[in-house]
Amino acid sequence: MSKSVEREAVIRARSLTKKYKDFVAVDGIDFDVYRGESFGLLGPNGAGKSTTMKMITSVSQRTSGELTILGKEPNNQGPEIRAHLGVVPQKDMLDRELKVWENLVTYGRYFGLPRKWLKTKVEELLEFAQLTEKRNEKADDLSGGMQRRLAIARGLINEPEILLLDEPTTGLDPQARHILWDRLFRLKEQGVTLVLTTHYMDEAEQLCDRIIVMDKGKIMAEGSPAELIRKYSSKEVVELRFGTDKNEGVAKQLEGKSERIELLPDRILLYTDKGEALLTSILDSGLHPVTSLVRRSSLEDVFLRLTGRTLVD
Amino acid sequence: MSLEFKPGSAVDPKRAVRFGAWRVAEYRFYAMSKWMTSVIVFGFGNPILYLISVGLGVGALVDANTGGGGILGVPYIQFVAPALLASAAIQGVMDEVTFPTMDGFVWDKVFFAINATSVSATQIANGVMIVALGRGLFTTVLYLGVLLAFGAVPLTSVLPLLFTSMLAGWGWASVMLAITARLERDDGYFAIIGRFVIAPMFLFSGTFYPLEQMPLFLQPLGWISPLWHSVQLGRHLSYGMELADGMLLVHLAYLAIMGMVGMRFVYPKFKERLSR
Ligand SMILES: Nc1ncnc2c1ncn2[C@@H]1O[C@H](COP(=O)(O)OP(=O)(O)OP(=O)(O)O)[C@@H](O)[C@H]1O
Ligand SMILES: [Mg+2]
Repeated sequence: MSKSVEREAVIRARSLTKKYKDFVAVDGIDFDVYRGESFGLLGPNGAGKSTTMKMITSVSQRTSGELTILGKEPNNQGPEIRAHLGVVPQKDMLDRELKVWENLVTYGRYFGLPRKWLKTKVEELLEFAQLTEKRNEKADDLSGGMQRRLAIARGLINEPEILLLDEPTTGLDPQARHILWDRLFRLKEQGVTLVLTTHYMDEAEQLCDRIIVMDKGKIMAEGSPAELIRKYSSKEVVELRFGTDKNEGVAKQLEGKSERIELLPDRILLYTDKGEALLTSILDSGLHPVTSLVRRSSLEDVFLRLTGRTLVD
Repeated sequence: MSLEFKPGSAVDPKRAVRFGAWRVAEYRFYAMSKWMTSVIVFGFGNPILYLISVGLGVGALVDANTGGGGILGVPYIQFVAPALLASAAIQGVMDEVTFPTMDGFVWDKVFFAINATSVSATQIANGVMIVALGRGLFTTVLYLGVLLAFGAVPLTSVLPLLFTSMLAGWGWASVMLAITARLERDDGYFAIIGRFVIAPMFLFSGTFYPLEQMPLFLQPLGWISPLWHSVQLGRHLSYGMELADGMLLVHLAYLAIMGMVGMRFVYPKFKERLSR
């Protein structure tokens, strides 16, 4: 990105690698995250997203490579770095025996924040997470989505410079997801740098200025969602379903009709810049799909193109 | 709704990285305060039961059969007191190094959440120790209070006995913490330790009669037991029981080394587990 030249990199990774015994979970990745941006790690299960996040959190030790966070070295300045990070891990890890508000206060105390200051902060965060009414419930008694929201609120208790969110919206209902996106966006406006992982392409498209697509511990592509779509996919996609056993046969007949064709177990995807026109010509040629649909290209298509696999199986 | 946010200015980084152990302890003590009643009930209940059964039952029998002299010239209950107190301390610390540590690493994984703040692995380990010793001290003080109230030990014994019990508690806590930190899951280990280590230790540490009364081949069980070392120290310091030459130092050193060596194994394991 051209703008990035004068921006300050708050996270800098070079050949960042993490091995568990012989298994390489993160395989020599390079990236920079700039202050104030929203940076996404997109990838399927086991891609190495959480492992990367844990290394950024300065808890998990890298096996090799370089990593600098806020100008510091995580191997020996972990606590200093974490003083300015907000961490929302993939697993909530709440104290289930403590009440909702107590979870927030105890967490704030770990940062050495004064009780008096925390008192008002906690109320703000309860409202942020829409948990004001649940403040006196045990964390264990909250629904899964509420626990997730509490974990997010907890990650904000120290007003972090960088907020690390590992699959923030997993388990949230659609309304709660949209509210959270809106609130994260406002935090970004106030100068918080966001780093998040997700399997959801709509989330990445909505929330991220820049993303890296990861698979098997490697970076497959990097850029803004729009750039990636432009680079790796066509403008539109025609989705056709002929039934599981017929798709493969029909796909052969359709070859050459579009820039690119993908055969998935349940459907055929045709990549083109003029979706409606292509669909009309297919229908006119006498084929009768069970369902058909023309849509814009998404990051899902980018991922399919890059890895030959779908993001959410 | 808007959240007032000044990224990075709320936390004082110097303050944040200090006293982490005490913050971990603060949180545990706070959580513990919720079931304070049961801590207190057990804290008082145990010694009262022992006083009744040992003091009034066994003690009366022993004292009567020794012409009122008890064992080695002191009333039986005073002879047993150092052992009761040290095992109370050991039991107290045991509860606080085992379950919270399993919770921290395995069950709720709270240590990982704590370690995502400015608190370090070493501080978490120290926090666990502070709480364990606090709990041990609390249990021991309650116990001593009951013994004092019933006139079972003289006032002059209070400080020596607190010292010897807590020394045993510390040695035991740090070894147990080193072991618990190595458990990847709970395979009924606590039940095993309770049944096959703590219970026999209580019986084979010269608790109810001098260790020398045992057949020689059983005496090593006492020699390795922190309880025996603490009991010997306690008897020596509280009512002047004679110790063989150099044994004062041996007893002190044994417990201190247990504590220090245990912690040497605790810190790296905490660091390793939290940094995976
Ligand atoms: N502590 C560990 N020990 C051994 N292997 C691990 C450990 N943590 C992660 N892995 C392995 O590393 C790989 C990457 O895991 P990671 O959790 O980073 O994936 P992810 O991209 O976050 O996936 P998901 O979307 O499912 O959360 C996986 O194959 C996983 O099994
Ligand atoms: Mg993950």
